[in-house]
Amino acid sequence: MSLIHFQVLSAALFSIGVYGVLARRSAVMVLLALELMLNAVNVNLIAFAAYGEQVQATGQVIAIFVITVAAAEVGLAMAIILRLFRDRASVDVDEVDLMKW
Amino acid sequence: MSALETLLLVLAIFGVLTGLSVIVLSLIWLERKFLGRMQMRMGPMHVGPFGLLQPVADAVKLMAKEDLLSSLVDRVVYWVAPLAVFVPTFMIWVTIPVARDLVIRNLDMGLFYIIAFSVLSIVGLVTAGWASSNKYAVLGGFRAAAQLVSYEIPLILAVLGVAMLAQSMNLEEVVNSQSTVVYALVQPLGLVIFFIAGLAELGRTPFDIHPAESEVVGGPFVEYSGAHWAVFFLAEYINTFAIAALTVLLFLGGWLFPGISGDVSALGVLVFLVKTYLVILVVFWIRGTYPRLRIDQLMSLGWKVLVPLALVNVVITASYMFYGWSAWSLSLMSLAILGAAIWGLSKRMRTAPTPEYTVKLYVPAPEASNAG
Amino acid sequence: MLPLDIAFWVMAAVGVATALAVVMEKDIFRAALFLVVSFLVVAGIFVLLNAEFLAMVQVLVYVGAISILIIFAIMLTRNAHEGNPFNSFQLPALVLSTMMLAAIAFVAVNTEWHDWDQLGLQVLPGDSGEVFSATEQGIKNVFGNTTQVIARLLMRDFVLPMEAASVVLLAAVIGALALVRENEGEA
Repeated sequence: MSLIHFQVLSAALFSIGVYGVLARRSAVMVLLALELMLNAVNVNLIAFAAYGEQVQATGQVIAIFVITVAAAEVGLAMAIILRLFRDRASVDVDEVDLMKW
Repeated sequence: MSALETLLLVLAIFGVLTGLSVIVLSLIWLERKFLGRMQMRMGPMHVGPFGLLQPVADAVKLMAKEDLLSSLVDRVVYWVAPLAVFVPTFMIWVTIPVARDLVIRNLDMGLFYIIAFSVLSIVGLVTAGWASSNKYAVLGGFRAAAQLVSYEIPLILAVLGVAMLAQSMNLEEVVNSQSTVVYALVQPLGLVIFFIAGLAELGRTPFDIHPAESEVVGGPFVEYSGAHWAVFFLAEYINTFAIAALTVLLFLGGWLFPGISGDVSALGVLVFLVKTYLVILVVFWIRGTYPRLRIDQLMSLGWKVLVPLALVNVVITASYMFYGWSAWSLSLMSLAILGAAIWGLSKRMRTAPTPEYTVKLYVPAPEASNAG
Repeated sequence: MLPLDIAFWVMAAVGVATALAVVMEKDIFRAALFLVVSFLVVAGIFVLLNAEFLAMVQVLVYVGAISILIIFAIMLTRNAHEGNPFNSFQLPALVLSTMMLAAIAFVAVNTEWHDWDQLGLQVLPGDSGEVFSATEQGIKNVFGNTTQVIARLLMRDFVLPMEAASVVLLAAVIGALALVRENEGEA
């Protein structure tokens, strides 16, 4: 178990998230994949905190900020998705191509 | 970890599981008997002396029942849901001490661990509601999610007040720091917030919005029967016991009692159990006394009353610690705010007119045209 | 192999498998449940990395709040789990993400990382003047009581970002309320 293991794990999670964001149609699925990516970032940050050149917990503090922003982001994204569903009866991101109707 | 330690750990886990099962059986009997006496009935009488074996008979009946399954359910998700509710309720007992040094693992972040893992069961409830493919179950799942997430916040803030006073999240240290004064006297406001939010987390009367029989006919559990329903039932009673135990540990001094030395484990366990059962009797008493809240009342109580009060509680605790005031001043402030809140609430309840409700049926908008 | 290594490999395998299941699953509700499992596994990985506090935060925020919100969104947008869940970018997306993984993995493996155990003894200034050495003892000092270390960092070095984060949260709450509120006269 070394830094490289965690980095490759985090890269794998991140790439899976990227795939999900790009390939799925439903806005909810895009949100799910986005959460996977944020999680991968956290794994990376905390791995650096544990194995980095300096022994300190700064990486963990940054991860706390990432989690905070993720929570805010999900709240807002869910509000947008609900609004979208109310107005258009669909959460398909491909169909959201009008700024006004 | 040596083989002996592993063996001891496994034994301890089995011990906790058995102990919890016995406690749940006793709680079921106690609740039926206590409610019966409050309603001038006798309660269970026929199975065993004083009906003591009634819960055992109930359990046997539940296990022998046929497990009905609607043909529309999503089977895997449907079977996972009871587990997702039960496992967290059991996991938090890893770090709840019942007497000095009588705990499976005394975690330094015990309080945080308990809060984090007790949240997990919400996922199970919502999953149960969704997987049942029954509209009442889905509604119940919605209600459970809304209610439990809302009441999590005052619960955590009330616990935060105690963690600040004890300067530790280790439950044993929290109890030890109450050796002179219990936190119920220092922070009565925190105790009341914790207890109300805890009742709401349990989904017990008057907060039984999500299993409300007369509105959503049992909520997320409608479709469950037999042994799987029994798992939900078991989880509910273990949770009741856990919230009561936490109330005792955080606010009522745990296994400490004036004049009783806490060094003897058996005495400590006895004191702890007596206190916990007293708190549970209060829970049953409330169930026998109060009607169910409406869902809008529930949400406004949570967000407009409990969350602000809990924040005030944290602020006064912080200023007490920062300025080094004496303990009785904190206790007086806490009492004054509690009194003011109760007075304001009761006044508002007497004068506020019953709101008029317009039921808005949500109809999805017609399919958006692709014409652009 | 050490027990910790076994734990790492099991968790890594489960984590990647559930993450794949999240993006591949047709039924959105099941995808959300896989996401919950993946969050829990990541919390377990945090524990491996001496970040118990972060593991608890992960369970509380991600599993307790974020996944509930997502499940809420799924339940409110009922018909969303039907129909074709993939768009026309499926193949390019696959190629792109695989290339991304390959690139990151290549860089990670080929970089000379200075792990603390290779550096030997190194003296570092902690906050508030203590000196931590990058030895087992130093690790113990920093990660033995993560909660206190994180609290000190948050309240001292990162006060401004923390306050900014609270403002962000407040703005998100207000924004979400404004978005979902029914306009009067409408509906």
